[in-house]
Amino acid sequence: MASKTLFEKIWDQHVVREEPDGTTLLYIDRHLVHEVTSPQAFEGLRLAGRRPRRPTAALAVPDHNVPTTDRSQGIADPMSALQISTLEGNCAEFGITYYGMEDIRQGIVHVIGPEQGLTLPGMTIVCGDSHTSTHGAFGALAFGIGTSEVEHVLATQCLVQKRPKTMEIRVEGTLPDYCSSKDVILAIIGQIGIGGGTGYVVEYTGSVIRSFSMEGRMTLCNMSIEAGARAGLVSPDELTVAYVKNRPLSPKEEVFQQAKSDWLALKTDPGARFDKVIELRGKDISPQVTWGTNPGMVTDVNGHVPDPASIPDEKLRMATERALAYMGLPGGIPICDIRVDRVFIGSCTNSRIEDLRVAARYVKGKHVAQSVKAMVVPGSGLVKRQAEGEGLDRIFREAGFEWREPGCSMCLAMNADVLTPGERCASTSNRNFEGRQGKGGRTHLVSPAMAAAAAVEGHFVDIRDWKMGDQ
Amino acid sequence: MQAFTILTGTVAPLNRGNVDTDQIIPKQYLKTIHRTGLKEGLFADWRRRADGAQDPEFFINQPCYQQATILLTRENFGCGSSREHAPWALLDYGIRCIVAPSFADIFYNNCFQNGILPVELPGEVIQTLFDRVAHTDQYQVTVDLAQQVVTLPEGEKYSFTLDSFRKDCLLKGLDGIGLTLQHESAITAYEKRRAHEAPWLFQDFSSSVHS
Repeated sequence: MASKTLFEKIWDQHVVREEPDGTTLLYIDRHLVHEVTSPQAFEGLRLAGRRPRRPTAALAVPDHNVPTTDRSQGIADPMSALQISTLEGNCAEFGITYYGMEDIRQGIVHVIGPEQGLTLPGMTIVCGDSHTSTHGAFGALAFGIGTSEVEHVLATQCLVQKRPKTMEIRVEGTLPDYCSSKDVILAIIGQIGIGGGTGYVVEYTGSVIRSFSMEGRMTLCNMSIEAGARAGLVSPDELTVAYVKNRPLSPKEEVFQQAKSDWLALKTDPGARFDKVIELRGKDISPQVTWGTNPGMVTDVNGHVPDPASIPDEKLRMATERALAYMGLPGGIPICDIRVDRVFIGSCTNSRIEDLRVAARYVKGKHVAQSVKAMVVPGSGLVKRQAEGEGLDRIFREAGFEWREPGCSMCLAMNADVLTPGERCASTSNRNFEGRQGKGGRTHLVSPAMAAAAAVEGHFVDIRDWKMGDQ
Repeated sequence: MQAFTILTGTVAPLNRGNVDTDQIIPKQYLKTIHRTGLKEGLFADWRRRADGAQDPEFFINQPCYQQATILLTRENFGCGSSREHAPWALLDYGIRCIVAPSFADIFYNNCFQNGILPVELPGEVIQTLFDRVAHTDQYQVTVDLAQQVVTLPEGEKYSFTLDSFRKDCLLKGLDGIGLTLQHESAITAYEKRRAHEAPWLFQDFSSSVHS
């Protein structure tokens, strides 16, 4: 049998039929649904008189619009409230499981899928959300789709797809202290560019990737889309199996044992060929900070904001000038001289228990700088509860952070958590696009550790030289 | 979905690379539960300058582009969020075709779901088009999907590629779900086989959810 990549194995297992031109009807195992990209899909079903083919393969949760403050008051914004009640109504009408805002299991859709054991290795998983790539951390082929495709999956449990190309991104060696998977993925995007992965599914390999926790792998795969790749993959191993085991909705007993042997076989065969291979050395990676208006505009924490005058290429120079004008940054200044007004620790990239533990270590016994407003938004109700059980909420509160209810929050600022024009934020989220966190807001993407240290100092610091609190 | 066959229309220029869908339609317009009426949000944050005044240079604010049906732009158009509100807003404004050197995957796919044709042309052709648009009032080109050719008023013709399935669906304005449902027996057979091979994929978790 020909050698296959991990991607090819999963893809081939999900082909329902293939046309001579390669157009494939691909079966979808799991469908995650949230309030923003689904109302028009359900409306489409209604208009066509269609029902979901397998409603039990889907799970819905409101996350983008939910308030992160006291929820007993309901939702102040009537548009947000309508979108969420519409989701609830649609789920009731079409028989789809729904975790409401008051449910402890509610949270960011890409946090709760793995948390509940809905995300399993070898699956195809889709959601009307580009950060569906997160679930690739489990060796599942997971990618974001538009609303028409949400409707398509609801109606048929399939999608029409063309086989993407494959890319291996190998990170060998060891990562220096104080660096995390967030720094690795930002460094990758800095190297290949925000369109570098377009048309590809990426498999991350190498000893650095293998050393990551499941949370770390999720952060990595989450931002595959910021390099243009719809999906990222890490092959399942014993760590994956241990994470999945005993989750509320994962398989149990004999079925689990059968699944486990299947999952551990999901590896790229020796000799299998990728269409493209990128290599990075772990030891070359430093803590990363974005300085511009897309995630590829990134540099080392001890580096400088680029000086447009020194960029010979006209298009690149103009794009840099435009980004720096928006960001309100002079060219050439050291990253560590950039002061921040806000710090946001949260989002589907970095809101899991491990992220909160790391950030808490950096702020314990310290206090947020006077000029900074900082908040922590856990990824789910269960993450929040676990963090509170470990006393992390107390560490954050005592350090001057706000401790919020779970949701997407200021990653995209659809709820009330918004930057005001000109405000500058160190954010553990995934996008620093213009206006992403609020019109005129300025976003710098960093790891949880870097965000925590910036909150304390009021500007970016090289955490490798920074004296941490009581460890 | 509206079919796309041959389109002759005015070209509106958007001379920026890596335009993300957060710019095409900012998040405050995503709270709708409908797919119409989104043109108000199209490039909402780019229409106005920091002081709130309309940016007269932005294409949407120029009278000559009010009837534009073709958008000319740069590489990696539509990157970022999967929001289909982006093509909905473009369509609502009247755009039926987008010409660029490259597109982000999810956006590219979303276009075809909405009767919009994304056309990829080489960077030098794109540059030629930008130059012509800058020097011609109401510069118009013709896009022929069946022939896969863009024809300039000066007579030059540039061919483009796209896969045959998408082309066929767009030419005929086909309902993708209806097409897939024609293969329902194949889907059922697949499910039966997989439920045997990998039963954990077919466990009904919904019953355990409320326990």
